[in-house]
Parts: sequence; structure tokens; C-alpha cells
Amino acid sequence: MLPVLRRGISILGRDSPIIDIGGRRTFLKLGAAMAGGALFGRGAAEAGTSDAFPPQDAPWSQTLGPGIVDRPYGQPSQFVKDVIRRDVPWLTASKESSVSFTPLQDQTGIITANGLFFERYHGGRASVDPQQHRLMIHGLVDRPLLLTMEDIKRFPSVSRIHFIECPANGGMEWRAAQLNSLQFTHGMVSCAEWTGVKLSALLEEVGLKKEAKWALVEGADAAHMDRSLPIEKCLDDCLVVYGQNGEALRPEQGFPLRLIVPGWQGNVNIKWLRRIQIGDQPWFTREETSKYTELMADGRSRGFTWLIYAKSVITFPCPEKPAKGPGIYEIRGFAWSGKGRITHVDVSTDGGVNWERARLQEPVLPKALTRFTHEWRWDGKPALLQSRAVDETGFVQPTIAELRAARGVNGIYNNNSIQTWQVKADGSVFDVQLS
Amino acid sequence: MSSFLDRAAMRLAVIAATASLAAVAWAGETQKPGYYGYGTAPTPAQVVGWAIGVRPDGQGLPPGSGSVSKGADIYADQCAACHGTFGEGEGRYPKLAGGEGTLRAERPEPTVGSYWPFATTLFDYINRAMPFPSPHALPADDVYAITAYVLNINNIVGNDFVADLNSLPKAKMPNRDSFIWNDPRPDTSAKECMKNCADPKKIKIESTAEGKDLTPRTTGPLDEMKPK
Repeated sequence: MLPVLRRGISILGRDSPIIDIGGRRTFLKLGAAMAGGALFGRGAAEAGTSDAFPPQDAPWSQTLGPGIVDRPYGQPSQFVKDVIRRDVPWLTASKESSVSFTPLQDQTGIITANGLFFERYHGGRASVDPQQHRLMIHGLVDRPLLLTMEDIKRFPSVSRIHFIECPANGGMEWRAAQLNSLQFTHGMVSCAEWTGVKLSALLEEVGLKKEAKWALVEGADAAHMDRSLPIEKCLDDCLVVYGQNGEALRPEQGFPLRLIVPGWQGNVNIKWLRRIQIGDQPWFTREETSKYTELMADGRSRGFTWLIYAKSVITFPCPEKPAKGPGIYEIRGFAWSGKGRITHVDVSTDGGVNWERARLQEPVLPKALTRFTHEWRWDGKPALLQSRAVDETGFVQPTIAELRAARGVNGIYNNNSIQTWQVKADGSVFDVQLS
Repeated sequence: MSSFLDRAAMRLAVIAATASLAAVAWAGETQKPGYYGYGTAPTPAQVVGWAIGVRPDGQGLPPGSGSVSKGADIYADQCAACHGTFGEGEGRYPKLAGGEGTLRAERPEPTVGSYWPFATTLFDYINRAMPFPSPHALPADDVYAITAYVLNINNIVGNDFVADLNSLPKAKMPNRDSFIWNDPRPDTSAKECMKNCADPKKIKIESTAEGKDLTPRTTGPLDEMKPK
């Protein structure tokens, strides 16, 4: 055991005597530090004292950490264990047909970590064996096809970064400010790099008949979740993907195969994709009639409102990440549009009276989360923070009042309104709506 | 030496050819059907087994039939625990019946009867996803029967109705013509005003989530929000 250890040490460029002499002592010290850290670490640090502060040598500096492949699949630090997907228990009847929310307050870049990508199931998370999974393409085509995962991976591959947003994101906020949390008001949006095959390539391979106008896309989950899509969108930029941020799709995201419909509501991005049927008219499935239609104030309803219009939200400060005393703050947030690139984002700190242009951080990609930042000198007085996105079509993100005037309050879906965060003098932040 | 050069040249040519092929595919130029030749043709039985989608014109409905009275029995057994004996809904599970005339009300009740535009969707959805905990277990006759019963408790069909591939597309749903299937957005026209865009005195907080007690914790373990 010891010689192995010594060899390891010399690779790291340390002197072996450190371990020989101090092995037992440092181990004991670390044990004490870990127990202390778990129980008192944070309190002590906040009180301004800690064994880790200079000039002391921190406990974790005085011993070796676990070696490679201690965790063959990496995990986040134990100190960020609170950064997890969360749900609103009163929202749905069951966990199998429900939603969980991404902790956007802790998302540091445009890519959502695979373990934190929001979930939406209609029949629970399917456990699909990739060896036995098949994609069937049939209907108004010249050559119906049954493809294995191996077949699909042989087609030319592409990688694209796109957001997915459930159109019910913010759906609880139509009547009034309800949920005091960025995670719960906006956490049904996430963004990833997706790798797979262009749907157009698969449709060329089967050969579309002249009358082909619509595709029914369907999952292998318990709900056989399905939607109708116009063939123009299928041929435009849809992807059939097996990769997510450099690894296989997560089961939560449809392993082994899902559809990506860039910029369109999350619901049409069918997970566990098993079937594509080509037809000449839509199917009017339950998920595009009973659900995912928008009831207007006049009693009529809008259907096939697939596009996600431009939207943005400030992720710092926010209810989960309050301000701490006057001074300079970098206001941070995300903007996105299903119609293309975000061209700019404006930020207001006075409830929308005056606006200033925020800085967009590269990369600014079409139909992807875009990061913005804005320097704010907070004087410690109450403030009302807002962000307003504009996309490359010139569309300007509306206020909730404008949306209500156009649609009423019963639509549930497609709430892309400007979010207002009230910052109180003590720095605490609340979800509010303005008249 | 020369053979080495020849081979190298040939390799470069192959690489160039491959690259140009790739360029064609990446440029989005269409390939002929069957160009890659991957996969197999599904058998007719495989297609029939999976092609469960049903359209409003009845395309996709399978053979079979079911009556309202048979549907009442199966519904009581398979559906009532969540949806209520008469479609009134249990707990947060969806209400299936009632709600007529509520779509413009303060609290609308969209149900099969008050909201759904097509009866065929009902067959499709029961067949596709119900009963929730054990889907795809009911034969077509049972799905037809439950469909007939749910239409009946919504007063859309009479007690003697029998659902099948001919009768279902004809069932007239009350809310059918209230849907707009062309997206009318953008329906807002916000402008990019930068200075003095509103009267500061008129900006009031109309509502706040503060103190509403609806928000789960976003620290610590998952918050089940069990009553204290």
C-alpha cells in the first residue's frame, strides 16, 4: 500500500516524507476539520473566524484529496447540494405528470447542467433500453423506415445550442405575482448543446410525398406524448438528437432520442421519440386541444401557438439572491427568443421609467439563452428591477399589463412578460407586478 | 518512393471527395430517398401496432365499438377513482364533465364537454395514455365504451349512443368552433422607450408574492409543503 502511495505522491511533485511523517496526523486533523466544517464551518466563517482563513493553512490544504476515479462519474461539490431541480407540490395531481424547475439563480452561463435541466413528464420518466429502441417513420413517404439507434447515429451529425421553454413557464403569474422565487417563476427554461441528425435528413431519406403537410411526432413514454408539427418547421431546423452537452441525453430529457424543435414551446420537443407519421393534416391531439391552447377573455381559444416570443429575466439580484447593502452590483440575467437572436436587452431600476442598455455576453446564438449584465450602483433605496429583451425581428418584450389587455388572464401559456423584482432597503427581493 | 507518393495522393483525393460529400450534406442540399440506405422497412404489422394516432376525420380509428352503458361499468372500474363517478374530478385530477358556459367566467372550467373541440381526441387520448397508472391495457372496444360514456355525461350523445369509427367523427362538440388555429401573435406592440417612459407617480405595486405562502423553499431538501 505504502509504495503505491509514495509513487502517487512523487507524480504530484511532493516529498514523500510529508505523508510518512504526517499521514496519521493530517488524517486526524482532516477528520476533525470535516466534522467541524459540517457543523460550524459556515457560522464560524460568517463570524469572521475560521481555520481556513489566512494566515492559517486550510484543513483541505493539509492532506491529500481522494484520487482519480474516486467518483468515476463526477458530482457537484457537496457545498452546492441545495442547487437542485425543485417542484411546486400543490401544482399538479401527481409527480408523474408534473414539472420541476431549473435553479436559474445558480446558473452561471448559457448552458444548463444536465442534472439541472427542467423536467416535464406526462407519464413519468421512461426507462428506455437503447438496444431495443426504434424510430419508425411512415405515412405519406416513399420508403417507410424503422431505425435503430445505431442507424440514427450513422447519419451526418450536427450540434446546436438551443433553449427549451415550457410555454407554461410563468403560467402561475397571469393574475398576480404569486411565487416569490426566480426558480419557480422562470425555471421552466433551460439550454443545452444538442447533438444528433437533422430531421430534414431523415425525411429526405424516407422521401416525402407531395401531399405531406404535417408530421405527428410521438414518444415511447407511458403517455405516448404526441404533437402535430407543420412539415415546413420539420424541414427547417428540427433535430433528432441523442447527445446533450457532450454526453448521451439524460433519461429526463428523453434518452436515447428526442426531437428538438428550436424556438418552439417545450411540449413539441418530443422525448423518447419513437415515431414520426407524415400526413396531410394535423391530428389535433389532446396536447394541442385540451392542453397547450390558450383561453382568451372572450371565451375563444388559440391553438398551435408554438413560437416562444422574446423574453428575459434578471437572475441577480432575485428573491433567492438578495442584495447586501449599498454599492456596485452587476445585474445579471438571461434573454431568449424563439424567433432568432437577441439583439439587445435594456434594464430599468425604477420600475420602467428609465432604461439603460445592458451588455450582451458572447456567444449570442439564435434560439439560445443569451447572458446579459449591467452595472448598477445601488444607493440602498427601494428599487424596482426589470429587464426587457428585443430580438432580431424587432419584437419588444411586453409588460404583464399589455399581455393581460391582449389576452385576459386565463391563457396559462406564453407569458413572456417583463419580470419586476422589488428590492427593499434591506436588500431583500420580492416578485411583484406593477400597475 | 513513387508508390508512396501515389498512395499519399490517392489518400488526399479520398479525403477531398469525402469533404466535398460532407459539404453537400451540410449545405442542406437534398439527398435522394434511400441515399444512406440505413435501417429496414417496417412490416405492415409493425406499423399497425404503433400507428395509434386518430384524426378528427376518423383516420386511425380501429375496428370495434362500445356503448354508453358498457362504458359506465368500465369507467366506474378504471377511471372514477381519479375523475369522479360523473366526471367531476377527484382532488387535482382533471374534471371531465360540466363547465358549460364558464369559458368567459372568472374561473373557467374547461372539460371534455365545455372545451374539447373533437370527440376523436378523446378516443385517442384514452387509448394512448389511460388509465394513468396502467396505460395501453384496454382493448379498443373498452376504449370506445369509455369514450361513449364520457361524451354521454357531457350531454353530447344520448344514452343509446354506440361509439365506433363511423359515429365518433360525427359527434358534435359544443366548443368546436371557438378555436383559432392560426397564431395571431404578435398581439402586443411594446416600444423601446428609454427615458421618462412612465409617470413615476403612477407606478404602484399592484400585487406581490410576499407573504402569500405559496412558494416552496429553494434551499435545503425538497419542500413537500406539508401542512404544519
